[in-house]
Amino acid sequence: MPENLFKINKEEYMLPGNRSCQGCGLSLSYRYALKALRENTILTLPACCLTVLHGLYPTTSVTIPCLNCTFASTAASAAGLVAGLNATGKTDTTVVAFAGDGGTFDMGIQALSGAAERGTDFIFVCYDNEGYMNTGTQRSSATPMGAITTTTPILTKEQHKKDMLKIMEAHDIAYIATTSPAYPIDLYDKFVKAKRIKGTRYMQICVPCPPGWGYPPRDTVKIARLAIETGVFVLFEMENGKFRFTGRSKSLAEKGNRLPLINYIERQDRFKKISEEQLSLLQKFTDNKWNEYLKKAEG
Amino acid sequence: MAEVQIMTGNTAAATAAKLCQVQVVSAYPITPQTSVTETLSQFIESGELKAEYVRVESEHSAMTVCISASTVGARVFTSTSSHGLLYMHEQLHWAAGSRLPIVMCCVNRGVGAPWSIFNDQQDSISQRDTGWIQFYCRDNQEIIDTVIQAYRIAEEVYAPVMVCYDGFVLSHTMMPVCIPDAEMVASFLPPYKPHTILSPDNPYNINPVLFPGMRKNSAGILCDGYMEMRYKLQEALEKARDVIIATGIKYSKLTGRDYSEMLWRYKTDDAEVILTGMGSIATEATVAVDQLRQKGIKAGVIGVRVFRPFPRIAVQQALKNAQAIIVLEKAISYGFEGALCSDIKAALYGTGINPPLHNFIAGLGGRDVKAREISEAVQASLTEMKNKNAQNKTIWINCRK
Repeated sequence: MPENLFKINKEEYMLPGNRSCQGCGLSLSYRYALKALRENTILTLPACCLTVLHGLYPTTSVTIPCLNCTFASTAASAAGLVAGLNATGKTDTTVVAFAGDGGTFDMGIQALSGAAERGTDFIFVCYDNEGYMNTGTQRSSATPMGAITTTTPILTKEQHKKDMLKIMEAHDIAYIATTSPAYPIDLYDKFVKAKRIKGTRYMQICVPCPPGWGYPPRDTVKIARLAIETGVFVLFEMENGKFRFTGRSKSLAEKGNRLPLINYIERQDRFKKISEEQLSLLQKFTDNKWNEYLKKAEG
Repeated sequence: MAEVQIMTGNTAAATAAKLCQVQVVSAYPITPQTSVTETLSQFIESGELKAEYVRVESEHSAMTVCISASTVGARVFTSTSSHGLLYMHEQLHWAAGSRLPIVMCCVNRGVGAPWSIFNDQQDSISQRDTGWIQFYCRDNQEIIDTVIQAYRIAEEVYAPVMVCYDGFVLSHTMMPVCIPDAEMVASFLPPYKPHTILSPDNPYNINPVLFPGMRKNSAGILCDGYMEMRYKLQEALEKARDVIIATGIKYSKLTGRDYSEMLWRYKTDDAEVILTGMGSIATEATVAVDQLRQKGIKAGVIGVRVFRPFPRIAVQQALKNAQAIIVLEKAISYGFEGALCSDIKAALYGTGINPPLHNFIAGLGGRDVKAREISEAVQASLTEMKNKNAQNKTIWINCRK
């Protein structure tokens, strides 16, 4: 584990001039993820914000080879890369799929479930910005209760976020980890570890989205940190079913000093119409999830 | 040495894939294609065929696996039918747009709603515009021979090939099939060379976003835009005609079976009435032609082996002496007529070849159509065609109206 940011891989795989929005949480996370994954990697990605980040043909700001695929097919695309590389004797390449919450929680879930059940030897990364941000902030099953999106413009989202991590846990895969751009060393470590492990690895990154969530671009790290501090997003890893908190979430679990959700909510315009009742439901939902994690940590 | 075995169309397809030494198979079972996936599983698990078999959860994923595996240089095979093919639709475009030499068998079956597991060709005909080369087989021998040729064609023009054959009529019917010798196939089919090597040594971003115009790359060279790439796909399919014929001639020399044309003919030398169609219905028409000839009607059959690229010139030449044309089809473009019928008319436009033409829609959802029923309908059409107002029409055969 590198003790500070200066000790991590100095190579840059994301060159200046990418097309992501200012303050993009994905952009920050992706840079460190690629540093951890290094050269011997092939990526596949569906139509999503990452496609935009990669740039317009015939130029790209990313130096890792990648194959674009259709929205629903990301995990199957990875499975095809794995099969094709195995069949042609190139077995030392890491295959990584990178999709948003739409390409994971929603349209991509069938192919992901299939690939995970087959134990496909790949890393699936969901960068979760809690909505269809590439098409301009529409509701997804990852959108939290009380959030305004362009398809929930008046009533806000009336349902809770889907627990994709639990769904992946139910697949009994080799490795599950959550990461945040506010904690790049934790993120880097987990990707390094994921690269070493065989079998299906699922990573979920909480990536704040300035235009979609409604906060100034300079606050991305602050918002990402508040997501952890309030426990709305939890840093952990599960290796062969064994759960452990990591980083800031670990100390929060030990000290029991999570911040109330309002600290996170009040900084984002998407929650400006959240009702008292919704806020209390959302707090309760977050507390229940947190307690589930505490139980898991106890074993 | 080539040996003759009695086998179903599905076994013929799987055997062909094995002979072509495919490296990745990914498929999802659907009636009537299922036994192709089962037979290939047998081949792979027993070690007869060294290949990766990805047992996916859907046809959409099956085609996706083929796309990715083909991109990194593996020879791939899949097969499907009906709704499986429709579920792949998005990926069919993606495969062709990616210029990947994927070979797929489509075991033709009707499309719901309502459900039908039985044969017609609505499934593959409705995928006409996806950029795939389409073959239609008339018997099980053609299935094995066409799959082998398909790989050579696909890997030369960098376009995917769909080998279509009729569900149950061929897929589940046992026929004698001459199985080509493995060494012969190996010499006929050179190893697959991908157009782009997707490898960490040489990073590419394959199939990213394009804007409508052309853009320069980092070296200042103006690169193709979306429209140029589409033009090249069209050009590849146009060029595929020559490749299909050259491949067919080469294969004919090795096997003694004639694949030198995109069409096949039956008693056409003196024929005044031409029956034409694709797949087993064209085979059925040969029996109808024998019956018509007994009644003194000089009829013949033109079987269309290749639907895309459409054999325009071959069709013009084959039909130039026809005094009446009957196009038999197991599919329809709703609101107009059969797609093959429209294409044949389009091929004849401006050539001065303009005989009366009736389009028979027959056998949808597996509705039986006997040779006798075809020959009777042809005789009725020939009488009707004497009326100037009835020289161009669509007739549903064996259907209560």
